[in-house]
Amino acid sequence: MNINRRQFFKISAASLSSSGLAALGMTPTAAQADVRQYKLFRATETRNNCTYCSVGCGILMYSLGDGAKNAKKKIFHVEGDPDHPVSRGSLCPKGAGVLDFIHSPQRLKYPEVREAGSNEWKRISWEEALDRIARLMKDDRDANFIEKNDKGQLVNRWTTTGFLGSSAASNETGILDVKFARALGMVHLENQARLCHGPSVAGLAPSFGRGAMTNNWVDIKNANVILVMGGNPAEAHPVGFKWAVEAKVRNKAYMMVVDPRFNRTAAVADFYSPIRAGADSAFLLGVAHYLLTNDKIQHEYVKAYTNAPLIVREDYKFEDGLFSGYDAEKRSYDRSSWAYELGADGYALRDETLQHPRCVFNLLKKHVERYTPEMVSSICGTPKEDFLHVCEKLASTCVPDKTTSILYALGWTHHVGGSQMIRASAIVQLLLGNIGMPGGGINALRGHSNVQGFTDLGVLTTMLPGYLTLPNENQETLQAYLEQRTPKTLVDKQVNFWKNTPKFMVSFLKGMYGDKATPENNFGYDWLPKWDRSYDVMAFVEQMHKGKANGYIIQGFNVIAAAASSGKVREGLAKLKYLVVMDPLQTETSSFWQNHGEFNNVNPTDIQTTVFRLPSSCFAEENGSIANSGRWLQWHWAAQTPPHEAWHDGRFLGTLLMKLRELYAKEGGVCPEPLMNVDWHYHDPKDPHPEEVAKQLNGYALADLFDDKGNQIAKKGELLSSFAHLRDDGTTTSLCWIYTGQWTQAGNMMARRDNTDTGLGNTPGWGFAWPANRRLLYNRASADPSGKPWDPKRKFLHWDGVKWSGADVPDYPPTAAPGSGVSPFIMLQDGVGHLFSMGAMTDGPFPEHYEPEESPIPANPLHSGSGKSPVARIFKDDKPTFGSREEFPYVATSYSITEMFRHWTKHSLLNAIVQPEQFVEISEKLAASKGIKAGDLIKVSSKRGHIRGKAVVTKRVMTLQVAGQEVEQVGIPVHWGFEGTARKGYLANTLSPRVGDANTHTPEYKAFLVNIEKA
Amino acid sequence: MSMQSQDIIRRSATSSLTPPPQVRDHKLEVAKLIDVTVCIGCKGCQVACSEWNDIRDEVGHNHGIYDNPVDLTAKSWTVMRFAEHQDEGGRLQWLIRKDGCMHCADPGCLKSCPAPGAIIQYANGVVDFQSEHCIGCGYCVTGCPFNVPRINKDDHKAYKCSLCSDRLAIGQEPSCVKTCPTGAIQFGTKEDMKLVADDRVKDLKERGFANAGLYDPQGVGGTHVMYVLHHADRPELYSGLPANPAISPLVSIWKGVTKPLATLALAGVALGSLFHYVTKGPNEVSREIEEEIEAEDKEAAK
Repeated sequence: MNINRRQFFKISAASLSSSGLAALGMTPTAAQADVRQYKLFRATETRNNCTYCSVGCGILMYSLGDGAKNAKKKIFHVEGDPDHPVSRGSLCPKGAGVLDFIHSPQRLKYPEVREAGSNEWKRISWEEALDRIARLMKDDRDANFIEKNDKGQLVNRWTTTGFLGSSAASNETGILDVKFARALGMVHLENQARLCHGPSVAGLAPSFGRGAMTNNWVDIKNANVILVMGGNPAEAHPVGFKWAVEAKVRNKAYMMVVDPRFNRTAAVADFYSPIRAGADSAFLLGVAHYLLTNDKIQHEYVKAYTNAPLIVREDYKFEDGLFSGYDAEKRSYDRSSWAYELGADGYALRDETLQHPRCVFNLLKKHVERYTPEMVSSICGTPKEDFLHVCEKLASTCVPDKTTSILYALGWTHHVGGSQMIRASAIVQLLLGNIGMPGGGINALRGHSNVQGFTDLGVLTTMLPGYLTLPNENQETLQAYLEQRTPKTLVDKQVNFWKNTPKFMVSFLKGMYGDKATPENNFGYDWLPKWDRSYDVMAFVEQMHKGKANGYIIQGFNVIAAAASSGKVREGLAKLKYLVVMDPLQTETSSFWQNHGEFNNVNPTDIQTTVFRLPSSCFAEENGSIANSGRWLQWHWAAQTPPHEAWHDGRFLGTLLMKLRELYAKEGGVCPEPLMNVDWHYHDPKDPHPEEVAKQLNGYALADLFDDKGNQIAKKGELLSSFAHLRDDGTTTSLCWIYTGQWTQAGNMMARRDNTDTGLGNTPGWGFAWPANRRLLYNRASADPSGKPWDPKRKFLHWDGVKWSGADVPDYPPTAAPGSGVSPFIMLQDGVGHLFSMGAMTDGPFPEHYEPEESPIPANPLHSGSGKSPVARIFKDDKPTFGSREEFPYVATSYSITEMFRHWTKHSLLNAIVQPEQFVEISEKLAASKGIKAGDLIKVSSKRGHIRGKAVVTKRVMTLQVAGQEVEQVGIPVHWGFEGTARKGYLANTLSPRVGDANTHTPEYKAFLVNIEKA
Repeated sequence: MSMQSQDIIRRSATSSLTPPPQVRDHKLEVAKLIDVTVCIGCKGCQVACSEWNDIRDEVGHNHGIYDNPVDLTAKSWTVMRFAEHQDEGGRLQWLIRKDGCMHCADPGCLKSCPAPGAIIQYANGVVDFQSEHCIGCGYCVTGCPFNVPRINKDDHKAYKCSLCSDRLAIGQEPSCVKTCPTGAIQFGTKEDMKLVADDRVKDLKERGFANAGLYDPQGVGGTHVMYVLHHADRPELYSGLPANPAISPLVSIWKGVTKPLATLALAGVALGSLFHYVTKGPNEVSREIEEEIEAEDKEAAK
């Protein structure tokens, strides 16, 4: 014991001053002691869903007042909803801090304008703002609207003003976006899905039929092995990750993480192995090779439920990295040879013995034979023994009573070959027999809270709601469109559910144009814009940059921060005539013209764009529905009114459309019919209510409907209960066929709150899941062809002699008996899972590893040519912006971290406190070689610009051995910017290149080259 | 599990002659169990804690690590501490520990606190600071074997986790427990939490962590916040979690020797202090002493 004089004095002095009194019994008063008053008694409690990620956690919002008319509600506390089947009361740091997002000091309070060349915002009225915006839009539309193209085809498109929707907005806002933008003829209509999970749809739909997470959050608990690759759910989806941990803790599951850095998911996994960013296809094809060469496949499943036995055309070839049909000039493939050989009956030829050299099974074997463990290790930098360990664990689930659940997110979609990485995982899971199985599946963990919804609603350049496509200019008539878009059945007896395309399309057109859509005018088909090319985000940035765009309406989308190459976006925005930003927050996009020193070094006087900044409500101030990653549509309620003069998005769209109609009525103009005829019969056309829009999305019977036997299904004017009731004769309407059933005569199905577990964690009474309230897609594949569950412990559906029933709604014709020969993948033409994807992918029927456009190695060890994707989306003007490995030797990969959500949470004080400042992660070895210590400021440069951040020097980023050389990786969290509550930072996407995935034009954010230095 | 002022079993600086009411002692003893082996270090607990308790710390800096705020403060009652550890086989582990008040059964803070009723212990095990009685002397900081309480520079009062005593009082779980995404933080009776921990330790041993175990240190009589550790034999790997925490010897002196000596020998001064207490209150007495010490220090420095 070592006590100095001072400490002794302190102690004894305290004796005198206080305790002495007590010892003498002379405490002046009995000090009161009690717990803090509980702060929620009688506060108004409102149910909602978190606005950040796609887990869709239930939240309880507490507002001032007990609901009395004279009390103004204001949310003062938010916590998790314990009844919610997924979140069960939990909230991650983002959700737990959402109060400070709602009340962020950066919330917009009233409309403002920044005049061309001006250096300041000026407050204006809504009236003035909308008058001016309507004028600008009409002038641009009248000047640039294209009614007919050069070939004389009717195209009715407006290409010079674009519209970005927000994947954090509700479905009701989303469908109004679609109606508004398409009515005006806009073709650049996009949302964050383009920069996010676009490749999920492109990779999953051709494999299984639908582009969505196959299972759902809670189901992950049923897994035996969990592979987290191309994702980091502990950080990006912490509450959904609850169920992966549940699998570990309660189901003895083995969890593996393969990722460029040892992340927080790895912190709780059983096994972690590093991989070079962008090499995932090689890894997964190596797994397929391992399963095939070691005979670790679920034979019966593969034979019955995949296209392994089907025979491919003779002219299909694959040589040295190129599939048959390549046109080097156009950088694209003629995909006609990537198809089955058809018999005289029009059905695909098959060989049940799997012996035919051209059956899919043997083509796959041949295709993956190059992906040996040695090759995988060389390309990926993953130690061979690590790779084999992952293979062995996955292989252990090729038996019927074990499953692997694969969890991925942007770590796959954010690559130039992202769609094919997902395809590669699909091949692995089909070989293992893990699709349609509880505890199996490929779980695409979607990003934003409603990015699933905005994808469902087709807020994407060439899409329409319900995964219908927007017609292209060669589909000149409805008949031509339907003929091309309605797929032929390729295997006898199969459902081929897309054969119903005409019913879905006509019902959409009836929803779109209401009474104005008649059989005589092809239900208004001519009024839809027809596209000549993709007007995706990358393409529109290019267009702006070339000065070929004039206007941009941006709703809750911080495009300068989110799109690749922020510098080019900034330059593009500066060439616009007008920019309208509708957002709850001050974003970098709205203030792109403002000088923020090193972070945004521009001269406002040089920028002639007129910028309108309009305040919108946020999720906490609206009613509506959002779709989570598990396709659950959940209804939420407002807990306070929008602050100050903020408006709901629907009010903005409705008021603006009415102003445009007034202008067209008064002045005339180019092609007014679509915008005059779009159905906008709301109780207040200037401010549609979410409830009436949600019912429109669901759809109505427009006449008394009867089934084949003459039984009445619905009376005229009633809400429909199923998309099976839709008609192609104009007697039904549904704006989004997959959502039919969400709001029926029985009420709002999305608002249901019955969390009863019907088995294996399934809760069909909570909200509504598309399609048809099915919670686990392809669930018929959970049983063998004879109807027996593959695993008796995973009995999910059973045949009761008359129909299928069980814990879930069958994703299958309910009366197709076992042995009927109807296969489980009902959305596909052949009914089976696709190891070989025929013509659905633009870059190959099988995945192939191509090097990223900016690669740290001189050549792809697999090919003799460049070894890069022959069909990746690259604009000519961008080629000079790609850096070389000599100049930029390190692989950069960008990502999100737990405490933050993209570029939103920097506006929330609670989140700024826990992750205040921009940083960059590097290995100890790289740091040592550059003399960098943890906490030093470092500069990271790519050919496109630079950022600065604090160095986090860590063992968690490892130096890899790739193709005989050392490769260092640099980790770049993306969350900061020059607006917000957190410390000012650079937009991380200043660094990322403009190279897009061939299928989706989603940019490469996660494998490009940089250099670093001490700043 | 409700808790009212009547359920206090111990008060700081309170003589056995005037003890707190203790008749309602038939209470469930509660505990928070932190399973670091499934903790993802998301900081959801940090945020939920600040949100519930209506506190906002400063927006700080990145210090080259994930820890933020970098230490506990009067306005950050819990923080995640991150440690990278390479095991014997060369495989990396990222050991993440939620740090905060352990709610010791034998609380060093309470024992060392000279301000009557500023620190109390409830029958269910919660150790709570009653800030309005705090004199800001900082002895609780010295007395705490886990270095948890922090003095707020604005009001000179000590703060720390209350185990959400306001939520417990109406039958809810603490805010951090509710929010924890992975179930790494659980709450219940101490008995139940030990059983949960047993299961976890068994699972960890099966997964190759031979030294997995529960951290419920007996040097402080056990705690009402316990950890499941993969390396229970080396708690210090988790950002310096003490292997054998015990109340500082300073507190023993204060309790054992100094207090009676001071009381008896300086009764007259004590009476003077009563006068001082009545007129000025304890806070200022403390400051006077501090000033005196500072003056001495300056003198010594010359």
